[in-house]
Amino acid sequence: MQRIGVFVCHCGSNIAATVDVSKVAELALMEPGVVHAEDYQYMCSEAGQAKIAAAIQEKNLTGIVVCSCSPRMHEATFRKAAERAGLNPYMVEIANIREHCSWIHKDIEEATKKAVILMRAAVAKVNLNTPLQAGESRVTKRALVIGGGIAGIQTALDIADAGYEVDIVEKTPSIGGRMSQLDKTFPTLDCSACILTPKMVEAAAHEKINIYTYSEVDKVSGFVGDFTVDIRKKARSVDMDKCTGCGVCQEKCPSKKSLNEFNRGLNNRSAIYTPFAQAIPNVPVIDRDACIKFKTGKCGICSKVCQAGAIDYEQKDEIITEKYGAIVVATGFDTIKLDKYDEYAYNQSKDVITSLELERVMNAAGPTHGHLERLSDGKAPKEIVFIQCVGSRCSDDRGKPYCSKICCMYTAKHAMLIRDKYPDVNVTVFYIDVRTPGKNFDEFYRRAVEQYGVNYIKGQVGKVIPQPNGKLLVQGADLLDNKQILKEADMVVLATAIEPNPDVRKIATMLTASIDTNNFLTEAHAKLRPVESPTAGIFLSGVCQGPKDIPETVAQAGAAAVKAIGLLAKDKLLTNPCTAQADVLLCNGCSTCENVCPYGAITYEDKEVNDHGIRETRRVAVVNNALCQGCGACTVACPSGAMDLQGFSNRQIIAEVDAICR
Amino acid sequence: MQELINRAKELLADGTVARVLGWKAGDLPYNPEPAYFEDAESLKDFVYNGFCGANLSKYMIEASKLEGKTMVCLKPCDTYSFNQLIKEHRVDREKAYIVGVGCKGKLDIEKIKKLGIKGIESIEGAEITDEAETLKIQTIYGEKSCAYADVMLERCHVCKGKEHMVYDELIGESKDTKDAERFDEVARIEAMSPEEKFAFFQKELSKCIRCNACRNACPACSCRKCVFDSTKFDSAQKANVDSFEEKMFHIIRAFHVAGRCTDCGECSRVCPQGIPLHLFNRKFIKDIDALYGEYQAGEDTESKAPLTNFTFDDAEPSIVGKRG
Repeated sequence: MQRIGVFVCHCGSNIAATVDVSKVAELALMEPGVVHAEDYQYMCSEAGQAKIAAAIQEKNLTGIVVCSCSPRMHEATFRKAAERAGLNPYMVEIANIREHCSWIHKDIEEATKKAVILMRAAVAKVNLNTPLQAGESRVTKRALVIGGGIAGIQTALDIADAGYEVDIVEKTPSIGGRMSQLDKTFPTLDCSACILTPKMVEAAAHEKINIYTYSEVDKVSGFVGDFTVDIRKKARSVDMDKCTGCGVCQEKCPSKKSLNEFNRGLNNRSAIYTPFAQAIPNVPVIDRDACIKFKTGKCGICSKVCQAGAIDYEQKDEIITEKYGAIVVATGFDTIKLDKYDEYAYNQSKDVITSLELERVMNAAGPTHGHLERLSDGKAPKEIVFIQCVGSRCSDDRGKPYCSKICCMYTAKHAMLIRDKYPDVNVTVFYIDVRTPGKNFDEFYRRAVEQYGVNYIKGQVGKVIPQPNGKLLVQGADLLDNKQILKEADMVVLATAIEPNPDVRKIATMLTASIDTNNFLTEAHAKLRPVESPTAGIFLSGVCQGPKDIPETVAQAGAAAVKAIGLLAKDKLLTNPCTAQADVLLCNGCSTCENVCPYGAITYEDKEVNDHGIRETRRVAVVNNALCQGCGACTVACPSGAMDLQGFSNRQIIAEVDAICR
Repeated sequence: MQELINRAKELLADGTVARVLGWKAGDLPYNPEPAYFEDAESLKDFVYNGFCGANLSKYMIEASKLEGKTMVCLKPCDTYSFNQLIKEHRVDREKAYIVGVGCKGKLDIEKIKKLGIKGIESIEGAEITDEAETLKIQTIYGEKSCAYADVMLERCHVCKGKEHMVYDELIGESKDTKDAERFDEVARIEAMSPEEKFAFFQKELSKCIRCNACRNACPACSCRKCVFDSTKFDSAQKANVDSFEEKMFHIIRAFHVAGRCTDCGECSRVCPQGIPLHLFNRKFIKDIDALYGEYQAGEDTESKAPLTNFTFDDAEPSIVGKRG
């Protein structure tokens, strides 16, 4: 029989205001095995922990239940406290009477009843707990960064500077990401390329950094400290060692009708291309869907003109398998599709563009060589309307419920730059709110209004109607003046909401990292662990975690790097002892568990068994405890109940359910 | 039938197989039972007729452990079960010499009895070689007859087809007996209100006497130790104390065979209480088809089963909430 102590925390008034904590403690004493129960203001405090330690020693407790906050918050705290008092840390159970009870209920009687039930379930479980020993696993001193934008580059540089090897996997042919597409950056208006390119060069030249461009993560297995990752290096059709980056192939390529992704499809590129002039590596790729050689077998001009003999039509995708201790996700963002926003006429008029497209229009390397002109007829616009919050802060399912955070500032930037360079152009901004919380941000916005005379109108645009004369009729409201506005514009720029890169779902699934309803990766704790995923060993850098501007992204990238370095600096990690075990006498050898195991932790062996006197060789499941993460998928899939999870056995879970239903 | 016996004798004589797994006559004209035959002499008791509904693939689990090969007679639908057992590493393909036997639909004695035909002494027209469309039945009350198709098992009306999924040789012709849609009955129940559904299953399952016949006959229920027999679990040999618990056994069983059940229909055939147990499994199969694309367990031995395989386009769990 266990000797169980129950410790009920008030959490100040967090729990005690809604739950009668002394009653929970009093009723705990009636539960089987409970020999000690008390309540205290803050169990997690040093005094609270001392109470637990004293009770363990004085009453020879074999197990404890702490009725407090979520185990994600303080399970580790109480396990350590118990261990210091001589108790096996896995003899500690948490009854979550805060998040699961006091915070979500108002009625004291009801909440107390529920807290008692949660306590009972935890006691029922502890009665069946057995001491478990954590094992050790090694740490591979190498990090993987997924995504080669400014977030990924900065994280990689910081980790590499600490002396660890880093691999960057970038899907596109060059690192640089979204920032490389920007023209100027707020609030200082320095040129994006001028500050980004040195970072790209530094990453490429760093002896500890290895960059895989035009590559994707194919498969991830393993766990914190010991991930195994398959990286697919897509066939570039160009030998990276031989290519000198002279660019002749791109000039001579006869297939020039592919949409230029880097310029957001505003102009065309050749089938063999580097996305932009400062691309790193400066080695082109052949877009096989567009290449005449790949489509018809004839052509081969690039191969003929290449002095270096670098063109290789036979090249195949290559899978590189590498081990990593830590993985940083830096997959960034894209702008949302505007299919559901027909009212802005984006798909009807070439002169309605997104802000990211405007970045390319304003850029000297862009489709108009930096001249502000209408994309329909090349004429200089005289009247430009900016529409804010297109798809952001949206209450219906057409857009996103969140604020994209960067639009207010880049719109002020665009407006200011246009007014500066083309003082004869009128700029009007329709906004819901102007949000400028950031260093020098509000000053920047006020400069746009006060010095540059940008016309800000509080109100939304209902409709943009292309006119027969080529102009765009903008129908909006001025909420401050309470009047309807009809305005003819030459160009309309949409501050389109940003969303996480669509690939992130696939990557998150491979990493078993959780994502929220907007596909942003979830942090381990919204306030206290903002750059870590709840999945150990996975870190978050940049917009994949939530909307951010460049300085915030760079700061978070550094933070993610520090967390990764903290992990890589360790030689060994303690493993979770709550792993699955197969009962060889019950195992059918059917492979169901092997099929459902996401970690590849289960294999099958022919084992000699003695089943009540019958000796035979049976095919039975064997769990690799180093790989098993204790998810329990096998235990529910196993038809015969042969698979059981230590620390969460079928019996323990049934006992909890029984206690709840009692 | 004679062709089967002759072939069995040959295979025993030339040492290809050590035994034959088939059916022998029972004590009544309509209850042949699965049996092993180890020599030519014993084969005199071998029968194969319209009442040989028993799916012999499950017997191959034990036969796989015996010395030498076993000639096993499998009807087209039985071969799905055999494949599924191969997939689950429960039978050894090398230990089986599969004779795919022809089938023109199997008979349901309960349906015959329901026609008022009782006191049966002999039945003519149930032989597999017989082309007769009617059964001639001698009873203590005189000769009666009925149409073959009218007294077929439910599963034969929704037959998966005449093809054998796995075999070493084929003996005998099969007949197309499908004249109903497999999921019609499930759809009818789906259309009921939750209260009606509950009442329907309450009524059916309250007949259960927990004889375990369904589990024992089921080729998917092949666990070395069933959770209902194991002392490791509190469910072992538990009597039904309330109307929920009498459902529990069948619901747990349905979940355990979900995605693995080939819809062979043995559960319903062997139920002495006439409970349409196959409906549970068929509901799962219908849902799997709808959520993950058409899948027939036992069609092959290699494909990944939808419920134990992960793909990025899998239905999200929230689908359950949406579908109700």
